[in-house]
Amino acid sequence: MSNQEILAQTALEVLGDKALSSHSPYGLLTVEVPAEGIVETVRSLVEHPVLRMGFLTDLCAVHYPDDPGREIAVVYHLHSLPNNFRLRLKAFLPIANPAIDTMTPLFSAANWMERETYDFYGVQFTGHPDLRRILNVDHMDYFPLRKEYALEDETRDDKDDRFFGR
Amino acid sequence: MTTPDTQKQGQAPLVAHDSIDGEIAILNLGPTHPATHGVFQNVLKVDGERILEAEPTIGYIHRAFEKLAERRPYNQITPITDRLNYCSSPINNMGWHMTVEKLAGIELPKRVEYMRVIIMELSRIADHLICNSVIGVDTGALTGFTYMFQERELIYEMFEEVCGARLTTNIGRVGGFERDFSDAFKQKLDTFLKGFPARFEEFDGMLARNRIFMDRVIKAGPISAERALNYGFTGPNLRAAGVDYDVRVMNPYSSYEDFEFDIPIGQDGDTFDRFVVRQQEIRESLKIIRQALDNMPAGKHFTDVPDFYLPPKDEVYRSMEALIYHFKIVMGETPIPAGEVYHAVEGGNGELGFYLISDGGRTPYRLHFRRPCFIYYQAYPEMIKGSMLSDAVLTMSSMNVIAGELDA
Repeated sequence: MSNQEILAQTALEVLGDKALSSHSPYGLLTVEVPAEGIVETVRSLVEHPVLRMGFLTDLCAVHYPDDPGREIAVVYHLHSLPNNFRLRLKAFLPIANPAIDTMTPLFSAANWMERETYDFYGVQFTGHPDLRRILNVDHMDYFPLRKEYALEDETRDDKDDRFFGR
Repeated sequence: MTTPDTQKQGQAPLVAHDSIDGEIAILNLGPTHPATHGVFQNVLKVDGERILEAEPTIGYIHRAFEKLAERRPYNQITPITDRLNYCSSPINNMGWHMTVEKLAGIELPKRVEYMRVIIMELSRIADHLICNSVIGVDTGALTGFTYMFQERELIYEMFEEVCGARLTTNIGRVGGFERDFSDAFKQKLDTFLKGFPARFEEFDGMLARNRIFMDRVIKAGPISAERALNYGFTGPNLRAAGVDYDVRVMNPYSSYEDFEFDIPIGQDGDTFDRFVVRQQEIRESLKIIRQALDNMPAGKHFTDVPDFYLPPKDEVYRSMEALIYHFKIVMGETPIPAGEVYHAVEGGNGELGFYLISDGGRTPYRLHFRRPCFIYYQAYPEMIKGSMLSDAVLTMSSMNVIAGELDA
């Protein structure tokens, strides 16, 4: 068993029944965790004496409109620099109330990443110190990366999706 | 008018001559200001010349790349990546190619990987040269900047030789390079490798051990290793704080494990350390380029993936099969498996990550760029709090904040 496999097993043990499902696409352990208590879940990985997943590489969201009740996925990429072990956590939220606790108490880096995620997907990060739009204008009244917003103007008929994209 | 209680915030107390009657002023640094080197704004609350608070506003050149990418076929996303960190576009391009190759399971010949390493290290040199010479400019030393821009010009001429473009390169393809390195490229690279180190050391000698420069940059805008990690720093800025994290070593891609090079680290994470780390990285990059040239494997400059790699144009006119592949690639009909992949490369500023989700369609379902600038720039207010205005300008230029990468 390689070092990475042992660490992956340890991570799953630490997560325990928080790990709703897991698989390893392209060698990166991906675990679905409940949105409730996400901070405590991540803290258990950060403060684990062996794992020490103390680096938040990335935080973003994905929109799955065809999955009722779990339309918004918030994706965390964690990295354990001492072990060189990466882990991806996913928490699914309903689009009616996309609220999840902020990761800012653990990582200062999460501040702008969460603002960006809010800006594009409307995820409400509970307890965030300054949850405002960051890249788009403040008076924008929709969340542009959600799938219902087509990139092209829908009234145009000179562009056919079969030839010019999705 | 009351004097602000800066001691409460853990900062050095204000001395009387810093403050004109304790008057607090609001100063707009940017969005278009010669010292910001890009379009982003900082609203500074200053007492005399001392900064009490900073409030960065970004998004002035936001171009919705992630939304655009959801409608573009895979090979049309490469030009988008050019415009992230436009000081080292080839690294972004190659990072994207490698992400698609990882998703599609494409293995590359060693020769392509070595060629990519040469191009990527050249662009790293160009990126660091801009950053470091601009630190010189912001301290009042314009000479080094003009000399180093000549060297950067030589690197751009080499890119032009490989792909026809200079700044937004769109270099290479999924599966390899458009064409092999030409003799003119090899000639230019040879001349560069002979002439550049001496001129670079002259530049280094002008600043690195220059008393005036050192007095100016040491202890300007420092950050501790612990805070830097918490803020998600990567790249030279993290290494300047003393953490030896480099994607090229930690998660080698494109055969970086074949090369012998050192990871320079600093100690205090201040402007001087960031400057010195970048200087040393230029020397290490030169070492890598020399090794790649000396050990360049024989073989082709592309791999056999007709689904992704455009066939030669003359064959398109003669062979039915080549015409079909050409048409399918140009129209974005490339077969791609469903899956999700995260691939990171060591960009000029740190870990440049591509998080790609494919549902097997002709365009990505979701593409997220992990932009190192965007993540570490949020530490800027903390780094300049309590420092002088001129140090804030230095801190910004030494962090190498690139507006294109910041806003995506």
